[in-house]
Amino acid sequence: MKIEVLGTGCKNCNALEAATQQAVEQLGMDVPIDKVTDYGEIVAYGVMSTPALAIDGEVKTVGRVPSVRELADLLARAAT
Amino acid sequence: MSLFPPEQGTRRSSGTLWGLVAAAAFAWVVGYLLNGQFWDRVVFDVLGLDPESRFGEAVRFFVYDTTKILLLLGGIIFIVTVLRSFVTIERTRALLGGRREGIGNVAAAGLGVVTPFCSCSAVPAFIGFVAAGVPLGVTLSFLIASPMVNEVAVILILGMFGWKVAALYVVFGLLVAIGAGYVLGRLRLERWVEPFVFETRLRGELVEPSTDMPWEDRLALGWQEVKSIVGRIWPYLLVGIGIGAIIHGWAPEDLFASLAGAGNPFAVPIAVILGIPLYSSAAGVIPLVQALSDKGVALGTALAFMMAVVALSLPEMILLRRVLKPKLLATFVGVVGTGILAVGYLFNAII
Repeated sequence: MKIEVLGTGCKNCNALEAATQQAVEQLGMDVPIDKVTDYGEIVAYGVMSTPALAIDGEVKTVGRVPSVRELADLLARAAT
Repeated sequence: MSLFPPEQGTRRSSGTLWGLVAAAAFAWVVGYLLNGQFWDRVVFDVLGLDPESRFGEAVRFFVYDTTKILLLLGGIIFIVTVLRSFVTIERTRALLGGRREGIGNVAAAGLGVVTPFCSCSAVPAFIGFVAAGVPLGVTLSFLIASPMVNEVAVILILGMFGWKVAALYVVFGLLVAIGAGYVLGRLRLERWVEPFVFETRLRGELVEPSTDMPWEDRLALGWQEVKSIVGRIWPYLLVGIGIGAIIHGWAPEDLFASLAGAGNPFAVPIAVILGIPLYSSAAGVIPLVQALSDKGVALGTALAFMMAVVALSLPEMILLRRVLKPKLLATFVGVVGTGILAVGYLFNAII
């Protein structure tokens, strides 16, 4: 699985990364979280409000920091 | 404190939810109406300060205004955020996609006000708009209007200056955004945009964040936004109102009348230049400006200063440098600044 946090280093982007990390640990997964910080790359994903989360190249959430519970849910669903 | 905890295990029934909202709305109205009487009691009766004394007046001004602004911020940010949860920047872009300049600038300025938007997203939004074929000038109208007519600035002006000045601020803020975007569009400055912007290709389809959220999530979003904004700006607010209270109590009535009254032609440009580096403290600056305008600073000068503080911010310029070459950035600041200057002079001339 490939987990990407799309964001340019704003406060919420770091919050999303931390929350995703927590969710990954909760699920006992061993997947690194990649950060996409290049503006062109981010926009190419179709994202205009950061931070966003992409799992396996598919954007799941945009412009907000979801709860750890919601993130774990998303990750679990993508893993199956 | 937490009315709508987002990470709650069990969902509330919608009856309980709306009951909570109604109770909060009722408490808000009661608090707002009784604010003045309550602090009169506390400051003059309980603490025994003299209402005629400078100290008594300053203390009363500080506690009353702080309470009023915090109530306004809480209530209005909540409502605005809930309403904005129906709009997304992706939808806005779709609406602007086929627009020509002119009407497009008007639409972009209007949408800039209603679209939920954080200045940290200014660059991805800029690239996304331009890559999707939104004209440069129209995109810039959006990027000017969005911070200029933002809810925190408008609420503070509403609370400190009253609804008439707030309405003037909104109308003229929109006009500056429309006019400056139109002029920048006519100047054909595409060659001063960093080339990678035009080379950005959107692969896959545009992501539309879910807009069919349940009401519980919308309300939770509103509450989170209130906590996040108030949590961030309250220190600036207290300092601004505090200094304002001191000016109210002790500064002579016409202290600034000769310096920054309508008679001094240099007051407006100086106000605009001073406003650019003061961005993050807009919450502190506006109460201060209100106190200054009470002591003789002309209203147009005050308005121009507030617009410059909010619309021309140094951090946003640094962000936009990633996509705009320095020449375009300078032209941007010049055109927007000229618009703000015009508003300042206009008001000083007619009021």
